[in-house]
Amino acid sequence: MKKGDNMNKNELNKLKEIANTVRRDCIKIQKIINSGHLGGSLSAVEIMAYLYFYKMNIDNKEPLKKDRDVFVLSKGHASLGYYSVLARRGFFPVEELKTYRQINSRLQGHTEIDSVPGVECSTGSLGQGLSFGLGLALGYKKKNINNKVYVLLGDGEMQEGQIWEALLLQGRLQLDNLIPIIDNNRLQLDDYCENVVGDWKMKEKLKAFKFNVIEVDGNDFNDIDKGFNALKPDKANIIISNTVKGKGISFMENKIEWHSKKMNDEEYKLALQELDNQGGEKDD
Amino acid sequence: MTKIMAPRDMHGKVLEELGEENDKIFVLSGDLAAATKVVYFGRKFPDRFLNVGIAEQNMIGIAAGLARVGFIPIVSTFACFAPGRTYDQIRQVIAYSNANVKIMSTHPGLAIGMDGAIHQSLDDIDLMRELPNLVVLAPSDEISTKKAIIKAIEHNGPVYVRIGRKECPTHFSEDKEFEIGKGYTLKGGNDITFMAHGSMVDIMYKAAVEMEKMGVSVRVIEMPSIKPIDKELILKAATETKGIVTGEDHFLYGGLYSAVCEVVSSKIPCIVKGVAVNDTFGESGKPDELYKKYGLTKENVIEKAKEILNI
Repeated sequence: MKKGDNMNKNELNKLKEIANTVRRDCIKIQKIINSGHLGGSLSAVEIMAYLYFYKMNIDNKEPLKKDRDVFVLSKGHASLGYYSVLARRGFFPVEELKTYRQINSRLQGHTEIDSVPGVECSTGSLGQGLSFGLGLALGYKKKNINNKVYVLLGDGEMQEGQIWEALLLQGRLQLDNLIPIIDNNRLQLDDYCENVVGDWKMKEKLKAFKFNVIEVDGNDFNDIDKGFNALKPDKANIIISNTVKGKGISFMENKIEWHSKKMNDEEYKLALQELDNQGGEKDD
Repeated sequence: MTKIMAPRDMHGKVLEELGEENDKIFVLSGDLAAATKVVYFGRKFPDRFLNVGIAEQNMIGIAAGLARVGFIPIVSTFACFAPGRTYDQIRQVIAYSNANVKIMSTHPGLAIGMDGAIHQSLDDIDLMRELPNLVVLAPSDEISTKKAIIKAIEHNGPVYVRIGRKECPTHFSEDKEFEIGKGYTLKGGNDITFMAHGSMVDIMYKAAVEMEKMGVSVRVIEMPSIKPIDKELILKAATETKGIVTGEDHFLYGGLYSAVCEVVSSKIPCIVKGVAVNDTFGESGKPDELYKKYGLTKENVIEKAKEILNI
């Protein structure tokens, strides 16, 4: 794990390429199987790429090593992007991505714990990942293991009451090894979050829950890195990662319907063309 | 005679004892430590105890996380909350994830009494036994409760344990080995079989003694392991006696009655009648009054037996 480093140009370019490769995977896999959530996978690509290819202390050869950092995808429907990140990071063969959501596959529609190396929590029913992460973080503290637990939440997911049970307790415990990250893409399945819950003042609420709140542009690696470097020791930290749902594909960005809509052939071609212009691996 | 201990008190006592020898045990309370009796553990091992507050769903998730790190988390709350309030959480991060978490649910059934219908978990066994990976235990007295808790903690995987609130006369002997998946014949007999878990074991035992006086030979089986269930013992009873009466402080649907029917209907059909709460919610009242009103009585057990035996 790198602490306090500023990203150099090479690292930044490498991450950008990975993000693009993951986006291409998402587009290709969703097209092949005609199922899966594109919008919320694409918004979270940079955060997951940053964690898995830059920040986290992990080893694909020893996925369960004792002092590893742990990632929990609480917004389990973003498994499309998550599996791609894991595969590209070497936890299982990239080829296997094609089996996603298919019968007899290890890659379930929503993630299942230990189904493939690297997946550390079963999610899909929203609102549960933070509690699980809190249990992990508490357990690691008790065992004096010096690592971090990252939990990726959706902003729509924040409507679940269990999240606030967990936030309340973390406000009291102030575990600095637990880092919740909110993928704040401002859209949920039916509508814009704001239309569902009104102007709900996320930041103010989190501050009232005794969190050190850090806000970043979650589709910008430099800004993400700055945010992670601003985490305070001995404090309950939380990162609001402002993102664009459907990021990277112009006609999907900020569009409600691309939560889980399927692409026609023309849209597919266009999506890949757009990604061609953004770098990344192109081995079809 | 030594004073009988309530199963919930035994639950508190045995966890306190086990905490000494097993430093993996981590107890979580949903602000009910005084009632569930895990308060003893909390006082002795504050470092492995956490009151998560009145937040059962969060408690289930934290338990699953702690299990992942190698602890054996004990979730303790009332049976009306886990699983009633936490079914989806148990399904996802405990059962589906096969997490090594033990859910100790106290105050089950009508026996909680005056708190009324909302606190009377008459559906918990039903909800828990349908989930894959989960073991479901419902011991009766202090001895079977103690043994069930020890086995639950030894078992590598998720276990739901239903623990009674009130003292229950003992029928499970100290020298008997408690095994997950086993039923126990408390009394032999060849005319009819009584089968029960929890607080109904004693009531059915007393009904059997009374029927013996009428010249009916009654077999009494304590069935503390609802899942996996002792199919062999049930099929033996179905073959060797004229029918089975089940008894439980739970809804008739989905509990032991249903489990026994599922077993016999697939192999050796026989008449099974259930003494349980029959498709209605309970109400406030003293446990004894409620048991009487809702038919969880010796008399009702005998009535059902007579119907089967045509006497």
